[in-house]
Amino acid sequence: MNPKRSFLQSVKYSLPLLVLALPGMIYLIINNYFPMLGIIIAFKKLNYAKGILGSPWVGLSNFKFLFSTPDAWVMTRNTLLYNLAFIVIGTIFAIGLAILMNEITSFFYAKYFQGMYLLPNLISMVVVSYLVFAFLNADTGLLPKSVFPALKVQDINFYTSPGYWPLILLIVFLWKNTGYASIIYLSSIAGIDRTIYEAARIDGAGKWQQIRYITLPLLKPTIIILFLFSIGRMMYSDFGLFYQVTMNSGALYSTTQTIDTYVFRGLMQLNNISMASAAGVYQSFIGFILVLGANFLVKKINPENALF
Amino acid sequence: MKSILSKDERMFAMASAIILGIFALISFAPFMLIAISSISSTKSLVTKGYSFFPSSLSLDSYLYMLAQGKIILRSYGVSFFVTTVGTITSLIITPMLAYPLSRKDFKLRGLFTFLVFFSLLFNGGVVPSYIMWARLFSLKNTIWALIIPTYLMYGFNVLLVKNYFERNVPKDLIEAAQIDGANEWTIFSKVMIPLSTPVIATVGMFTGLAYWNDWINGLYYISDPALYGVQQLLIRILNNIAFLRSSAAASIVGNIVISLPGDSIRMALAIIGILPILIVFPLLQKYFIRGIVIGAVKG
Repeated sequence: MNPKRSFLQSVKYSLPLLVLALPGMIYLIINNYFPMLGIIIAFKKLNYAKGILGSPWVGLSNFKFLFSTPDAWVMTRNTLLYNLAFIVIGTIFAIGLAILMNEITSFFYAKYFQGMYLLPNLISMVVVSYLVFAFLNADTGLLPKSVFPALKVQDINFYTSPGYWPLILLIVFLWKNTGYASIIYLSSIAGIDRTIYEAARIDGAGKWQQIRYITLPLLKPTIIILFLFSIGRMMYSDFGLFYQVTMNSGALYSTTQTIDTYVFRGLMQLNNISMASAAGVYQSFIGFILVLGANFLVKKINPENALF
Repeated sequence: MKSILSKDERMFAMASAIILGIFALISFAPFMLIAISSISSTKSLVTKGYSFFPSSLSLDSYLYMLAQGKIILRSYGVSFFVTTVGTITSLIITPMLAYPLSRKDFKLRGLFTFLVFFSLLFNGGVVPSYIMWARLFSLKNTIWALIIPTYLMYGFNVLLVKNYFERNVPKDLIEAAQIDGANEWTIFSKVMIPLSTPVIATVGMFTGLAYWNDWINGLYYISDPALYGVQQLLIRILNNIAFLRSSAAASIVGNIVISLPGDSIRMALAIIGILPILIVFPLLQKYFIRGIVIGAVKG
């Protein structure tokens, strides 16, 4: 067969498919790929009058300056530690909820319970910030106005006291995400062969023993894989949780500033584009390395679950 | 095989039910708090604050919203427009891209699939995106700033639909349609889409939810109050309740003069903001759960 003709034929054949793919691909190139060129901003002293390409190169000096400020350490520490707490404690809660849910799947109200656990996941962080505000604000909040006086606890102004926020944000995270995260584990548990449990029961294993020696070991692959993928997201934080739920309170930055909030504030509030873009590039690159590392490990453990 | 439950197992099932009941209560309690607060009287709010047990009730906040409803209604309109247009557009271009990627005989399949996939692993960061949409495309303070950046098509959803096409639409069906002389568009719209409603519903639901709940595009690109969506209005009011007071400090409903019930109206607005989700979610819970499960198994 003439290779040239077969090439032309295949082009003709692929053309209608290419046309279908085009709108999505154009959007992808503009929305996701074109901004990647903007990474050069982090290596320039940006001057809007000269444009991005016309602005002078400054090498790594934006990064040097960023890492000479205490901000770099604080935001990195906060981002990593919050993520670590969310991953470890979040996983424990999600598995616990899934195991309990599995016990009542036959009950008619199981579906309604699950709906209630999912509800917090469906609302925006803005509404979450309202809920937190209703509990915590000093003038009308449930805790300062009703609970603390009853317990004779001293007044706390939460929105100016950074020390409480790691706990508050952890609770908010668990409240919002546990129901959602448990669904994956619930479906894994549902996939476990029932006859294994039957055999264990005949041998006299109680419920705790069944969980300890059957359910948890069989969930292990799922747990490890989800854990590793979360490691790949370690440099990223939920912007809304750290920005909106804290009501952007400057007094709380020491415990609530993450890389995402730093980039936003640098770009939109402080007009410090050099620092913001340097922090953004730092986040993207370390994040990418973590994803590659996590995927490498997943591949070693269970090649079927690797992303690539 | 059903067998009689042992005492140990009955205990466990009962304990599970109780703990799960408590969890359900915890999940729901904050919503109750804002619902009750929204109908608490100003007097109760001044003395007791937000409480599950207000000393007296009042519908002032809802009456005030009715009287001063223009701002709220407008933000609702913006959010509905953005959610509808964004979701529909997304539900057109996402499967349109997924279909060629699911076809093994499509020449550019490898390259395109890689580009879609890589967009999930690496990005240029917020700063270049912002400069591009705001300066290059001049989207600032236009309704398109709420629709186009970020949410219009998500690579993960493309892969989800592609995988669904590959696994659930038999190859023979496509070949049969080709033999009958159907063109690609006909195959796509008459074969692929009708056979893939579950995954389309799942993607549509997640996209719709993302648009309805989005406030970050608004935060970056919108400063004109006429273009505020519900979420952005909520942010503005949490910080500054006076924003609602468009003309006078007091509002007249019938013969009654109502001054701005600041503390309760905040919570009434939060209720209004989640109402559409509360209404739609029970109908879509099934797709939501299925979406999470298929998404987690393999992207």
